[in-house]
Amino acid sequence: MALEESHVRRAAHLARLAVSDDQASGFVDDLSRILDMVDQLQSLDTEGVTPLAHPLDATQRLRADEVTETNQRDTFQRCAPAVENGLYLVPRVVE
Amino acid sequence: MQWETVIGLEVHVQLATRSKIFSGASTAFGAEPNTQACAVDLGLPGVLPVLNEQAVAMAVQFGLAVHADIAEVSVFDRKNYFYPDLPKGYQTSQMYHPIVGPGEVEITLEDGSTKRIRIHHAHLEEDAGKSLHEDFHGMTGIDLNRAGTPLLEIVSEPDMRSAKEAAAYLKAIHSIVTYLGISDGNMAEGSMRCDVNVSVRPKGQEAFGTRAEIKNVNSFRFVERAIAFEVERQIELIEDGGSVVQETRLFDPDRDETRSMRTKEEANDYRYFPCPDLLPVVLDQAYLDHLRGQLPELPADKRERFQNELGLSAYDANVISASRDMAEFFEAVHSECGDAKQAANWVQGELSGALNRESLSIANSPISARQLGELISRVLDDTINGKAAKEVFQALWNGQGESADEVIEAKGLKQVTDTGAIEAMIDQVIADSPAQVAQYRDSEPEKRGKMIGYFVGQVMKASRGTANPQQVNGLLKEKLDALL
Repeated sequence: MALEESHVRRAAHLARLAVSDDQASGFVDDLSRILDMVDQLQSLDTEGVTPLAHPLDATQRLRADEVTETNQRDTFQRCAPAVENGLYLVPRVVE
Repeated sequence: MQWETVIGLEVHVQLATRSKIFSGASTAFGAEPNTQACAVDLGLPGVLPVLNEQAVAMAVQFGLAVHADIAEVSVFDRKNYFYPDLPKGYQTSQMYHPIVGPGEVEITLEDGSTKRIRIHHAHLEEDAGKSLHEDFHGMTGIDLNRAGTPLLEIVSEPDMRSAKEAAAYLKAIHSIVTYLGISDGNMAEGSMRCDVNVSVRPKGQEAFGTRAEIKNVNSFRFVERAIAFEVERQIELIEDGGSVVQETRLFDPDRDETRSMRTKEEANDYRYFPCPDLLPVVLDQAYLDHLRGQLPELPADKRERFQNELGLSAYDANVISASRDMAEFFEAVHSECGDAKQAANWVQGELSGALNRESLSIANSPISARQLGELISRVLDDTINGKAAKEVFQALWNGQGESADEVIEAKGLKQVTDTGAIEAMIDQVIADSPAQVAQYRDSEPEKRGKMIGYFVGQVMKASRGTANPQQVNGLLKEKLDALL
């Protein structure tokens, strides 16, 4: 599949990645090759094969509904750039 | 042109687990900011989610209650987007294989008629944190206590045709989740939140119109108001030659309108994919049977039983069965006094009125069901009349006495049915009221019926409310007419 630079820009934006012009054209080539490989896989006949949700052949273990965590706010907030009144502060998000 | 409204609801129900859906942090409401946000909730590197078995059980119970297919295998997906109150950069949800498949809910409308609303599916997901936009020196404050709280998102089919139907559906969902005890259903605290999809189409047209999604409508009343406004807006727009844009709108209860949440972002692209940190959830038949065996009697079944076996009206049965607490209180009153209609009248009338006045829930009623049932029994066996019953009710409400019998005894409210005693009181009243007697005698026969009220009042007063009103009426008429 032929990827265009606009596709790369959009994917980068959605993932909040800063991609320079030089990098963008490189990614167009790299990602196109990956998509070519996907195209190749698509040619396989998967009729009757259940889609795979997880590579491990196992099922989810469940935990009992118990509170096991204690308040460690001070520890967690030590690496936060800005906190106030117990809140994490982030650049203003305008609704 | 005649228009038809088409409504679908997405209801987010906060599940009443003790801990979060993927971590052992507490879900208790009202804690200091970020004191209940652990490493998993914060999305710190290297953490792994482990699914809460109670969240799974609650989702399944809901599914069973709405006669839905429960998925033997359900899968968690990542819904990717960036927002500061979502520290992982994705919400863990179920996009492709939700735990609860198609089901249905029966709603009751004001005229007592019922309608089935189909449920498309319900899925488990985690809640995000809270953004506080008050001014923190131009910054936004983030509280992640709510992050990771289990939610059940219940998605209806677009089966509702009016704001009233939408409100009735929301109430039905509220009843079911509170009956099951899987949520406290507290809309003011956000335990139940609702997004409304609304569109209009010319009556008779098959194809749906373009819909708008109204976010975060957080009360039964707001659902009706938001829909009423939105329907009018869309019809006006189309009739003026415009067209509805598919968009997300926000309901503003202060101004009673919906507003576009304009974003310069392109259409959302959540890039869902199966969450590699969580394995498929597999449920077997034995597990489902076990949970089915634990289901309580549900509102629709109770409503039907109240109508068919206890003879309540459709309206009474519907109001009383809507809340499990009220239904169980009513059943206890009924089993004490044996008269369903009287029990329903007292629970919905005197009791509900008193509870509302003091903003109490029925679970915190100062009068117990046994006390109320006994009080009704004393009315039914003619120990007290209706007026005295209200006095006994008030006394019990205020804690003046343990039982109706005790209050009746202490206050001397026992009804006087002894004809001789009542006649004596009547004679006294007639003797004390010569002017009224003369007036009675001189008036037109058809007006006398009204005038007798004065004498009844005087006799009741003389008996301190304890005389049997029917007897007083009958005897008074005889005695007054004998004077003509």
